[in-house]
Amino acid sequence: MRRIILALAASALPSLALAPPAAAQSKELHLFNWSNYMPPDLLKRFEAETGIKVTLDTYDTNESMLAKLQAGGGGYDVVVPTGPTVQQMIRDGLLLKVDAAHMPNFKNVRKPFDNPDFDPGRAYTVPYMWGTTGIAYDSAKVPGGKIEDSWKELFEPRKEFYGNIAMLKDMGEVFTAAAYYLGFDQCTSKPEEGQKILELLEKQKPAVKVYNAEGSADRMGNGEVAMHLMWNGAFHRAHKKLKTAVYIYPREGVNLWGDNLAVPKGAKNVENAKLFLNWMMDPKNAAEASNFTAYNNAIAGSDAYLDPSLREDPAVNTPDDMVSRFRPLRDCGKAALDLRQKVWTRLLR
Amino acid sequence: MRAEARRIGLLAPAMLTIGVLLVVPLGLMAIISTLARGPSGGIIWGQHSLDAYVQFLFERDLMDRLALNTDYLRIFARSIGLAATTTALTLLIGFPTALWMAFQPPSRRTLLVFIVTVPFWTNLLVRNYAWILLLRDGGVIDWTLLKLGLTSRPIGIMYTPLATAIGLVYSFLPYMILPIYVSLEKIDRRLIEAAYDLGADRRRALFRVILPLAMPGLVGGAILVFVPGLGAFITPELLGGAKSMMVGSLIQQQFGQARNWPFGAALAFVLLALVLLALMAHALRYRRGAKPA
Repeated sequence: MRRIILALAASALPSLALAPPAAAQSKELHLFNWSNYMPPDLLKRFEAETGIKVTLDTYDTNESMLAKLQAGGGGYDVVVPTGPTVQQMIRDGLLLKVDAAHMPNFKNVRKPFDNPDFDPGRAYTVPYMWGTTGIAYDSAKVPGGKIEDSWKELFEPRKEFYGNIAMLKDMGEVFTAAAYYLGFDQCTSKPEEGQKILELLEKQKPAVKVYNAEGSADRMGNGEVAMHLMWNGAFHRAHKKLKTAVYIYPREGVNLWGDNLAVPKGAKNVENAKLFLNWMMDPKNAAEASNFTAYNNAIAGSDAYLDPSLREDPAVNTPDDMVSRFRPLRDCGKAALDLRQKVWTRLLR
Repeated sequence: MRAEARRIGLLAPAMLTIGVLLVVPLGLMAIISTLARGPSGGIIWGQHSLDAYVQFLFERDLMDRLALNTDYLRIFARSIGLAATTTALTLLIGFPTALWMAFQPPSRRTLLVFIVTVPFWTNLLVRNYAWILLLRDGGVIDWTLLKLGLTSRPIGIMYTPLATAIGLVYSFLPYMILPIYVSLEKIDRRLIEAAYDLGADRRRALFRVILPLAMPGLVGGAILVFVPGLGAFITPELLGGAKSMMVGSLIQQQFGQARNWPFGAALAFVLLALVLLALMAHALRYRRGAKPA
């Protein structure tokens, strides 16, 4: 196996022939990833197959990762930014071009992940996990068990859910969901649209029990709340505890976010990093990561290795007719962020 | 001359510590708060602006005029109120506890001090999660009450101000008990006996003798609870449901999602100034009060 990988790497990286001999390059890889976002066993297997020793550091927001890179710290070879952050990092010249589209395993990358707006032609990044932000509700709480597939159910809730709703404490997620419901662009910077969003959220607030982005799976799974603005991977874990939980993709549009493997400028082990990026586009490896995170990956053929519970969960394995509702997150400008911040502060003042 | 050099040499470590750990970070914060913000977070060196401080009190309306904005003041007031409530509650619980501890036999006192410090062995976050397990509907307390037949409905404490108060008082109580205990333990017992001899009853002895002597401990404890209480946001967020923002999360937000470092630094600086003013006012009053009449 190890020889196959090395052969792949050699064909993937013609520049390797020009680079100093492999022995000169240190056998190390410094990975900077979200906490609990890659199975330790998978990294161990990478070490066994390539002989490259992986050192893992973790972060919990894109901003803290950026702050560390901008401060020139870390010495990392691979980081895992979300789409809009990738866009920002490319603009600020923080990423190294890796030409992912020419890596041998790139053929496995599913559409539309092979050509995202934030990194056209995948010059800098390789897709890792992706997910959506929709509504989870307990179907046992409503007669008939069904509700409309609309953000209306969350923002103007029926009495069964009133006072029993949890929102993510995430300015971006709350603001954009409200924007979709009212028919506005996710990056709106118009004060009058911001005003309408604020009014909607203020009207919803008495119906909300808690704003919290952490522990949502437990909160929903234990029945502490009956409805939750929720990330789909968290929903999957909640569903294991609460079988009557249902995930909906509101028809007005749902946020599609995707995390990506990228090589920051100043990386010391660039070839090892490229090797790792290619390795992670292997269906079996991607599936193993999905089985650990409960989020879907962008690699065709990984289905075969997925846990059946993930494969059969429409929240994770999105049905084809729901894909048109995806709204990929964009890097909104300063004006849009200021408006969001104003609305958010006013809402929680 | 040699004495002078010696003096400087001996002072240097202390001065260096204060300089490196206090003056430099605070100076940096002050500078950041007066810089222009960068397009993707961070700051632009060399471009100065006082926008951050203007933003604290005013906002630009649609016509680009400055209008008073009380949002941030309200958030500050909430945090100050919460810190004051926590201080009052911990004082109410902490003083009797410390008093009782101080009047135990010496061997048992050591054990009691040890027990008070036990919560410090685990991380604050872990302790807060433990309270979630206790307080939530279907949690330990709720379940027990239900099984005992004392309640018929979920207690619904979780995600209310009551849950926040429980969590904060629990977290900060040791900071109140320990300084009070120390000042109580130092009291010369003969003074209390003298008070009794002179005809004071227990209440009078407590309020006229023990309480004034324990004042430094009470003040120390109050400062130790109030100041960190101002920045508390983990507990209100986890136990209180985070339906209202705290200064701590407001500042954190500016360095994170809002990508507005100067404003974050300015907010932190305003908070610091408020605390300093309060402490200085107190110190001045205390010094005047301590002067011989």
